[in-house]
Order: sequence, then structure tokens, then C-alpha cells
Amino acid sequence: MYLDIVSTILHQNDMEHEVLIEDLQSAIEGQIDNRPSPRTHSYTKYNSFDKVQSWIHSMASSNADLISKQTIGNSYEGRPMTLLKLGKKSSSVKPAIFMDCGIHAREWISPAFCQWFVKEALSTYGSDSQMTSLLNEMDVYVLPVLNVDGYDYTHKSNRMWRKTRSRKSGTSCIGADPNRNFDAGWCTVGASNNPCSDTYCGSRAESEIEAKNVADFIRRNKSVIKAYITVHSYSQLLLFPYAYTFELAATHSELMKVAEGASAALRSLYGTRYTSGPAAATIYPAAGGSDDWAYDLGVKYSYTFELRDTGRYGFLLPESQIKPTCEETMLAVKYIAAYVQKNLY
Amino acid sequence: MATGELNPNHYQAQRAAKVVQHYLNTRYGSPYRLLGLHRVYSGNAEDVEDSGRKYQLEISVQEIISNMTEKCSAEVLFPRGGQQRSPQVQASCEELLKINTTAQEEALYQQYKMKPSLFSAQNVPDSYGHIDPDTKPFWHLCIVASSFIMLNESSENTLFNVAQVANITQLATENDQLKFDCHVLLHEMVSQEIIHWKLLFIWSPPEGVKVQQMEQLPHCHHCEKPPNTN
Repeated sequence: MYLDIVSTILHQNDMEHEVLIEDLQSAIEGQIDNRPSPRTHSYTKYNSFDKVQSWIHSMASSNADLISKQTIGNSYEGRPMTLLKLGKKSSSVKPAIFMDCGIHAREWISPAFCQWFVKEALSTYGSDSQMTSLLNEMDVYVLPVLNVDGYDYTHKSNRMWRKTRSRKSGTSCIGADPNRNFDAGWCTVGASNNPCSDTYCGSRAESEIEAKNVADFIRRNKSVIKAYITVHSYSQLLLFPYAYTFELAATHSELMKVAEGASAALRSLYGTRYTSGPAAATIYPAAGGSDDWAYDLGVKYSYTFELRDTGRYGFLLPESQIKPTCEETMLAVKYIAAYVQKNLY
Repeated sequence: MATGELNPNHYQAQRAAKVVQHYLNTRYGSPYRLLGLHRVYSGNAEDVEDSGRKYQLEISVQEIISNMTEKCSAEVLFPRGGQQRSPQVQASCEELLKINTTAQEEALYQQYKMKPSLFSAQNVPDSYGHIDPDTKPFWHLCIVASSFIMLNESSENTLFNVAQVANITQLATENDQLKFDCHVLLHEMVSQEIIHWKLLFIWSPPEGVKVQQMEQLPHCHHCEKPPNTN
């Protein structure tokens, strides 16, 4: 519309003009999406497993007062699962939030978000009052890639791989769905006992070493972990227990209220619409989910994010969307964190 | 399955609404017009004796290139019975048709009718979500053609999206139509499976997309190939 006004005025004044670039925004995005792969880590690119690992190590040694790392075990193929602990160092034990990304290998925007979160935490500590308060009073455990074997496999062999890469005798099919492998109504609904299925629940709960390592860590630190957030894609949803049953969680109203607040915060930035709700009815019933397991363990605030988009690009979300997706999701995660901080138990 | 008034945010209404998206793309889709489900405002489900389950929906649909949205009413009937019959959809979103894509479609058509070489592309989008601007209209064409499959294959227990176009190749023709062979990866949300289909389809601006052959490819668990890297 404004183009028409400008064009009309120019014509009326006999000024010759020519449009050189019709839509500068798309042209810029086009350039971002077609730049060749850099050989270093970037927060606005999808980083390979090796790049994420070196990034983890350099982050961990960047600020001893605010960040440290620990290995919570190895994957099936022997890759280390490295957890970052963010928070102002304290002599006393602080309440904590645990967040993991990359449970499903092909959901690349998810590990990208965890990396973005760490960057934001470190760079805005001291200048952003909410982040400063959060990291002073609480710790945030971030597992940038849970399913490390699967993630590496999507870079090297099959971009659409979802599961772990564990081998099982009696079948040539590989891997189980880590988010059907937790001990929450395990394998009763929405999961398959066929090893070739993409929702294979595994041979037993926590059969997948990656799920077991996370479960062990959370169990060991149960008294300290006050919230659990797990990040997936795609569908633009903010889900909470239960997925293994249609029964509402005991604290459903509160979970819903917080989710709606977080979705509203997210939408305030770019208008991106998220739907909040209990997982079973909102997306599908599915047993063995990490969020259900954490909730039943006693972690009162347990959320699953399904990030952008709603199917147009799906798992292949363009790199030009990493920044806006991460920025808006930060608002939602900070909203949840702020609520938890004010409602410690 | 719930009957009566449905929660528009929950999966029942959402799955039925997605079927409407596929239907609309088979009717109105083109290299420069692609429709996406925007929102579901309300939904109602009822059992229709001997036929199946009928959904009545108030939704909005967005044309992805122009970003125009339009509210539509739609009806989806999921048939009951042993034979796997595809859902029947009634919907009209006429406002979206008014988006004028004729000039662009004609230009694309003429360009590829004249060219001695045949168009071909693989891994669209690539692993990083990149699509070459010249490839985009063909990505859209394959999605439109895939919508015929997604419509046919849909039920109350599925939700389909196109995950990736593995390969789109233009084939020579003797007649007016442009002809394409497309290998597409569909993502089915409930089972989380990636399903491979091969399609043969023709397109011209006046006729739109017509699918001539479609074939589901078997899921080969060992058939991994290195992805196309930039």
C-alpha cells in the first residue's frame, strides 16, 4: 500500500523511478539461507555434533563463576552426554531447572534453541534483571543434545532419523524412540513394540542408555530440580502432562495457566501462535514420555515444547528462522522460569 | 472419539482440518498458490449411520506466498467400513482464488515448455531448510501433487505433511502439459513415520495439477544414503 502511495507521488511529479529490489526482507533471508556452511560454530546455523561438543567445552571454560559442565554418561555408540550447569556459583545448593534438547534426532531447531539459551544466559547475566535474578537464585541444567548418536546420524546419513542408534539382537532395525522409553505408563499407548517402528518403546523402560542417563541424573538430584523442560519440533505447541493417559494431571489448572502465560509471552514478539494443553488430547496419547515421568517423580512443572513450524518446512526449518524462533521461545522459557522461581516448593 | 462440539485446539478437530488443507491444495494449488491450515475456530463431529463420521469445521486458511488468510466453513466425512476409502471434503474458500497468479504461472510454463533442458532437483528443501529460489515453484508443484496422496491416505488417526521432496524431475512430453516425476517423503505425525511415495503428474496453468500415477515405496531400513550437502 505504501509502495502505491510513493509510486503515485513519484509519477505525479514526473519523477522517473525503478524498483530494483521488490522485497528486501526476502532477499536478505534468501542470502542467509544460501550461504555456504562455515567451519565454526554459529548460533544461527545448525551445528554438527562435533561443533556442538567443542562449543560445549569452550562455553564451560568461559566463565567459571557462571557455568560448568559434567558428563552424565555415554551414548550407545560411546559419545559423551555433556550437561551444562548455568548459575552463579554458590556455596549452598540452589533449586534448579532441567532442560534438554534433541531427544529426537531430526528436530534440529531443538538443539539450536538450547545453544541459544546458553548464549543468552551468559551474555545477559548482569544486564537483564530477570536472567540475573534467575541465575543468582537458581541453577539451570542444559543438555544441548540428548540423543547424540541420532543427531550425528542425521548429519551424516539420514536427515529424517528420529530414534537412538541402539542395536538389538533378533532384528536388523536400529534404535528406539527415547520419548517412549521413560518409565511413565511405559508402552501402554501411542508407542509400538515393533523395533522397526519410529515410536518403538524399547525392550523395557530406560532400555536406551541415553534415557537412563538423564533419568538417573534427575533421580539423583530430585530434591533440587523444580522444573523440567524438554524441547522438540514441530507443531507450535506447549504441552504438559499427561500424554500416557487422558486423565488430567492433579495440578492441571496451574500447568495450563502457566502454559497460557508462556504462550502469550512467546506470541508477543512475532505473533507466532502456540496452542497450550495436556499432551494426550492436544497432540496424541503417547506413553513413555520424559515430561510425564518427571512430573510423576515429583517435578511439579513439566513442559514439552514443540517449536516452529506447523508443517510447511517441518523438520527442515530454514536457518533464517533459527534466530526468531529462539528469541520468541526464550520469552516462553523465561516466563516459566520466573513463575517457578516465585513458586518454589 | 468425542462426538458433538469439539475443542478446536485438540487433535480431533485439527486432524480433520488438515484434511481440508490437502483438499484445497488439490483443487486450487499451483506453483504460485499453496494453502496452509491457519486456525481452527470450531468443530463438531457426528456419527452418520452407515456412512462414517462427519466433521463440521470453521477454520481459516492461509495462502502461503501472499500471506492472505480467509475464513472457510468445511465438512469432512471419514468413511466407515472395511475398505480404506478416502475422506470426502466440502469446502469453499473462494477469496483465495482471487489471488492472481496467472501471469507468473504462464511465465513459468512458457519458460519450461521452451527450454531444451529438463528441470531436475534433489533434496528440496535441503537438510538446512534451504531452497534455491528457482526451485521453489517446483517444490510447490510437488506439494500440490502430494496433496492428492495425503488426502487419499488421511483418516481420523493420521496427520500428514510433506517432509521433503527427495527428487523432482521434469519429463519430456508430446503435448501441452509439463510432466514431472516426484519422489516425496511424507511425515505422518501420529506414527511419526516417514513414508516414501513416487508420483507422476502433469501441470499447465489452465488445467492445474493432475496426478497420473502414484506408488508407495517400501520403507527400506538399511537404505541410508549420504544427504546432499551444500
